[in-house]
Amino acid sequence: MGILERQFEENVLTTTVDAMVNWARKSSIWPMTFGLACCAIEMMAITVPRYDIARLGAEVFRATPRQSDLMIVAGTLTRKMASVLRQVYDQMPEPRYVIAMGTCATSGGIFNTYSVVQGVDQIVPVDVFVPGCPPRPEALIHGIITLQKKIEQQKFLRK
Amino acid sequence: MPETFLPESYLPVLIFLIIASGFAIGTLAVGWLIRPSRPYAKKLSPYESGNPPFSDARQPFPIRYYIIAMLFVIFDIEAVFLYPWAAAFNKIGLYALVEMVLFIIILFVGYIYALGKGALDWES
Repeated sequence: MGILERQFEENVLTTTVDAMVNWARKSSIWPMTFGLACCAIEMMAITVPRYDIARLGAEVFRATPRQSDLMIVAGTLTRKMASVLRQVYDQMPEPRYVIAMGTCATSGGIFNTYSVVQGVDQIVPVDVFVPGCPPRPEALIHGIITLQKKIEQQKFLRK
Repeated sequence: MPETFLPESYLPVLIFLIIASGFAIGTLAVGWLIRPSRPYAKKLSPYESGNPPFSDARQPFPIRYYIIAMLFVIFDIEAVFLYPWAAAFNKIGLYALVEMVLFIIILFVGYIYALGKGALDWES
């Protein structure tokens, strides 16, 4: 736990600090590159000028979990890859968020087999599910905006 | 004439120093106060692309590499000198040729010495 985290009652000061913290967090969601399948192509497409995820402050894809806030699980998660996913998630510092992108990451999709994890929420806690096979970049942007709305509701200093 | 010298024109520098260090310390202090901190063993383990680390990244390697690296630096510099010399050879003529031959001979003596000392014998 942080030193001041969740230590205070609701009042004008704490709500203001919380709003500032949440604004800072939602305005710079740096994603972790975790492309697993064809959804990764759509995930890459959101950074290009045509879709321009920089408008949301989330264009900086990091290659290390230490600098990331958001893990976009883009694609089919096999059971062999599941331990890697969990390890990378564990190595991300808080606050950390997960978007399950596409039908495979959400529920296993068409791969209802022995080797595919039927939804990444069995491995890591998921904040936003983005449906689609693969989802269009607009859908993923909508998912990130949904995550931003979720971050806005977070309590940080308040109990 | 004043008895003590006060460099008053440097007052802005002092103010700037105070503001700069205060900003840096203040930012770090606010981050230390409000950041979440939940360390656990798996989070603190080295990042190996999600795989469990199987060895320490700082491994010992043979001391022989040291001699090889030193010799490489010397002959690398020689090659660096040879390039502009060759490019400008038309203009600098015989004098530069003699100079370069002397230079190479000096380094070659060093090379013979290293060979005689067994610096390049990998198996010994």
